[in-house]
Amino acid sequence: MFDWPVVLAALPDFFRGLRVTLILLAIALATGFVLSIPLAMARVSQNKWLSMPVFLFTYVIRGTPLLVQMFMVYHGLAQFEWMRQSAVWFLFKDAWFCAWLVFSISTTAYTTEIFAGALRQTPSGELEAAQSLGMTKLQIYARILWPGALRRALPQYSNEVVGLMHATAVASTVTLVEITRVARDVYYNHLSVTDSFGVAAVFYFVLTFTVVGIFKLLEKRYLKHLNRKVSGPVPAR
Amino acid sequence: MQDAPEKLRADNIRKRFGAVEVLKGISLSARAGDVTAMIGASGSGKSTMLRCLNLLERPNEGRIIVAGEELKLTPNTSGELMASDPKQLQRIRARLSMVFQQFNLWAHMTALENVIEAPIRVLGLSRPDAVARAERYLERVGVAHRKAAYPAHMSGGEQQRVAIARALAMEPEVMLFDEPTSALDPELVGEVLRVMRSLAEEGRTMIVVTHEMSFAREVANKVVFLHGGLIEEQGVAREVLSNPQTERLKGFLARTLG
Repeated sequence: MFDWPVVLAALPDFFRGLRVTLILLAIALATGFVLSIPLAMARVSQNKWLSMPVFLFTYVIRGTPLLVQMFMVYHGLAQFEWMRQSAVWFLFKDAWFCAWLVFSISTTAYTTEIFAGALRQTPSGELEAAQSLGMTKLQIYARILWPGALRRALPQYSNEVVGLMHATAVASTVTLVEITRVARDVYYNHLSVTDSFGVAAVFYFVLTFTVVGIFKLLEKRYLKHLNRKVSGPVPAR
Repeated sequence: MQDAPEKLRADNIRKRFGAVEVLKGISLSARAGDVTAMIGASGSGKSTMLRCLNLLERPNEGRIIVAGEELKLTPNTSGELMASDPKQLQRIRARLSMVFQQFNLWAHMTALENVIEAPIRVLGLSRPDAVARAERYLERVGVAHRKAAYPAHMSGGEQQRVAIARALAMEPEVMLFDEPTSALDPELVGEVLRVMRSLAEEGRTMIVVTHEMSFAREVANKVVFLHGGLIEEQGVAREVLSNPQTERLKGFLARTLG
């Protein structure tokens, strides 16, 4: 099935591509996580002036394909003379910057919705208990709302991480040599799909199951309070 | 107990939900050691009244005084009273800990973590002090052996006793109980009532919204009977319950006692 000499010769390139994929994934995830915390709080706010803009943001980003967003930022902005003259042009002509920006915005939109959903699922009684004991708003967010919500969000967030990991393939269209781009180069040189995209698929597959495995461990540790299959009497209700 | 210091006073509490006036001016007073049972049919406003005391529900009118300190209130745009000073509200809430019908334990925390949380964050206890205190109160309510368990892994009776320990660990001036046994299976009601009875015998000041008439008769020293958002009848528990003066309380007692 595989032409092993070709595969072995390409493996160093694939591992360099893997590194690029992982860096893209890590920086986008980190940015998205940090931005999603305040945005999710705004999204669930009673104040329409806070929640509406965030909703519009996530609606637009989730409503357009990542590839289109990438082309608009990397190729589209370059069309404008004022853009090429602007002080930030040195950033926007850089593929790494554009990829980081587009992936971060995309995962922020999805993660914000995941976190907002998990925040909304907080039983109102848990909030009232915290209020009735005199906890401050900040303490309630830091100790009750977020710890509960982030735990509840774990399964969905793991889907987002896997989805974003696969989506980093889009970076291959803007000159970044990540796994998919390596595969395309191997394909053009050898015209063998299995030795190029087949190997890439194996890389993505192993990555996916590593991510899923890590999240399974996290869920085991952080969601044990929801697991009803442990010893001891079952709840009365 | 007439000379005991007044721990809680609420004057002329009124509460509207939209056009419906649920509380039409209710006053309450609890002296140290008083166990007040608030009884009445559902919809009579007793839970709402209790929740107004710590401002989980915002009253439209009234005054609340906890151990001599009046809660400063200002009306908001919809005519409800809000605390003018959040710090004061937090301080007063910490002295009025509440036990809820649905227990309301924090699901991601173990029993012990539930009990130490507010003493550490609100009262500023060190962790070792809070743990020692929590273990004492978990022991007190008979669930010390479950301290590492999560709420979802405990029975309703155990959860409610942990919730009582959580309230006790604040060492409050007054404990508010909002139908603490109503969500429990019948066979679990007794364990919670026994704990509440022993707390009453310790001389703790308690206000208990309840449907348990035997608890009201045997443990409470005061009874307040609410009907339609007003106090219909109140007084010494034994007298009021064995010799009700109003037709409504007579009818209510006849229905609840069967």
